[in-house]
Amino acid sequence: MTSAPTNAASSQSNASGGGEDILVVTDLQKHFPIRRGLLQRKVGAVQAVDGMSFTVRKGETLSLVGESGCGKTTTGRMLTRLLEPTGGTILFEGRDITHISMGKMRPLRRDVQMIFQDPYGSLNPRHTVGTIVGAPFRLQNVKTEHSTKKTVQELLELVGLSPEHYNRYPHEFSGGQRQRIGIARALALKPKLIVADEPVSALDVSIQAQVINLLEDLQDELGLTYVTIAHDLSVVRHMSDRVAVMYLGKMVEIADRTPLYERPMHPYTVALMSAVPIPDTGRRTKRDRIRLEGDVPSPINPPSACRFHTRCWKAKEICSTIEPPLAELAPGHRVACHFPENLIDLPVPAVRADSPAAP
Amino acid sequence: MTTSPTLEGGDPAVRPGIGGFLQVKDLRVHFPTDDGVVKSVDGLSFNLELGETLGIVGESGSGKSVTSLSIMGLHPPGTAKISGQVLLKGDNLIGASREHIRKLRGKNMAMIFQDPLSAMHPYYTVGHQIIEAYRVHNNVSKQVARKHAIDMLGRVGIPQPGSRVDEYPHQFSGGMRQRAMIAMALSCDPELLIADEPTTALDVTVQAQILDLIRDLQQEFNSAVIIITHDLGVVAELADNILVMYAGRAAEYATAHEIFTAPQHPYTWGLLGSMPRLDRERAERLRPIPGTPPSLINVPTGCPFHPRCVYAELNGGACETDRPEFLEISPRHFLACHLSSQDRQRVWENDIKPML
Repeated sequence: MTSAPTNAASSQSNASGGGEDILVVTDLQKHFPIRRGLLQRKVGAVQAVDGMSFTVRKGETLSLVGESGCGKTTTGRMLTRLLEPTGGTILFEGRDITHISMGKMRPLRRDVQMIFQDPYGSLNPRHTVGTIVGAPFRLQNVKTEHSTKKTVQELLELVGLSPEHYNRYPHEFSGGQRQRIGIARALALKPKLIVADEPVSALDVSIQAQVINLLEDLQDELGLTYVTIAHDLSVVRHMSDRVAVMYLGKMVEIADRTPLYERPMHPYTVALMSAVPIPDTGRRTKRDRIRLEGDVPSPINPPSACRFHTRCWKAKEICSTIEPPLAELAPGHRVACHFPENLIDLPVPAVRADSPAAP
Repeated sequence: MTTSPTLEGGDPAVRPGIGGFLQVKDLRVHFPTDDGVVKSVDGLSFNLELGETLGIVGESGSGKSVTSLSIMGLHPPGTAKISGQVLLKGDNLIGASREHIRKLRGKNMAMIFQDPLSAMHPYYTVGHQIIEAYRVHNNVSKQVARKHAIDMLGRVGIPQPGSRVDEYPHQFSGGMRQRAMIAMALSCDPELLIADEPTTALDVTVQAQILDLIRDLQQEFNSAVIIITHDLGVVAELADNILVMYAGRAAEYATAHEIFTAPQHPYTWGLLGSMPRLDRERAERLRPIPGTPPSLINVPTGCPFHPRCVYAELNGGACETDRPEFLEISPRHFLACHLSSQDRQRVWENDIKPML
């Protein structure tokens, strides 16, 4: 595990970061042990997240994208401390929350909230909407200005539901409305950071757009910071300020939205972009799509060095022997690749000069 | 108001689509429930020719999956009230004996489901399931069928088909399972293939592989394909013609090119406007369709889309009272909308087209 270049990369970003960092993640790691046999001896580990370093600035939307199994949800769950990392650190507003206890985490939950993917599974079917959205106040013993009921009804209005919905049950609502209930619950305690795990992927297109607009309005109105986890690249482009692309537990590329979509540098990002079906029949023949062969390898036994080398069309020998560091190849654009695409003429960063096989 | 010939399913010339390989005439699928009758499909007609790919697009609850299950005869007896006609090479499938449909299913028509893990039997090997399907329709020995199964798995791009044939569905990844399912569906060389959200459960890179596979196989087998999806990007990749459904009815039918370059129905506009698109400048705001899809028990009167339609006032109340006919407004372009063609053209040119 090469920790040195990763740390170097992360400090780079802190330097260039600008603005206030609400969240600083360094070398984050989560390995789930695999236990076998009578004694439940540990025989291996699912390396779900393996060395992620990034920062989240106040008021921005950072999106984590990647295929299923790349560790984006695990990362999100570690940020909200629903999972405890096995390595690295998470600083929230300068405070180390990597290993703090559940009890100490509780006050912080006011500031960090989560929106879940499945609007059916994340609401208790036996509770009314009022109870669900009011639960954060009860659990945190927060006294509201008026009654809790009044506050909950205001929240319901804020997310575009009617205050009369207070006494209804989740099954009486459609998917889009349920997702709004989940958003109202997340907003109840006026959090600073919201981790949204696939907030719209379970919804129909027309409803998806409503919820995306709602999330954007709330961000402007309440000054929220979002970490969004998504796999739909068109939705991600619409919602995010910055985008981090993950592959098999590692970050392969992170950049502002526009440079990432206009000049993706990592071959994996390029392949992802070219795979998105475009709703334009004229492009059917014109596009030269990069066809990735096979599936994502298992995170139990990931490929050596650059984890993408088994599916990469540019891979050379070095890719399987030396892990490429996440280096800043353009301002604010960090890429972990030995042979990046769309490289503009820039002085080669110091980190890359170290690698023996400079092309 | 006179009902259109389309709704009666009379003259084939006024149904969307050409040819007579598959003709759906005035299909209605109603489910009686305690709360009332759920009108999942309510008067749907279209034609499909061999070698053609039809994309059916709509939100959840628009009746697209129910339509495909009716064509395949997969509604359990007694649950649904089905009327109308589904003619496969002139042979009416609605009301035919279950034994007759069973003979056609697999052999003449096959289906790919959204979730390959639940559509395959976890207890039997992938090979066993393909062999079984093949031997039901072909009088061959197990060895021949097994060879055919391996051959099919190889055709759909599964590496080492000779050994993978003996593995169980859980040993396959999501994309491989979908490939295996396609192999199973194509094992008897069906003329009609229905793919119901074939790529929704898959990652975008795998989705691209599967879409390429379906396209290649269709060209090879010259079969008729119906692809059902909510993703307009997917139909743009595959479909020759597109049928947009709303609340169990057809809203618009045209060539894929027309649907994307000159759509005429306000619902189609709404669908196109509410998707963020990678091939366009990033819009500051998306333009969602207001409201939610209607309940299929209390489908709005008149045009089912009118409560969500921004242009409903332009028609002096006709949208609330009269069900719009599904008419051919230009060659091979069908539309169910009360807007006058001048209004439609004006709204499209001024309000919608610049925004897309």
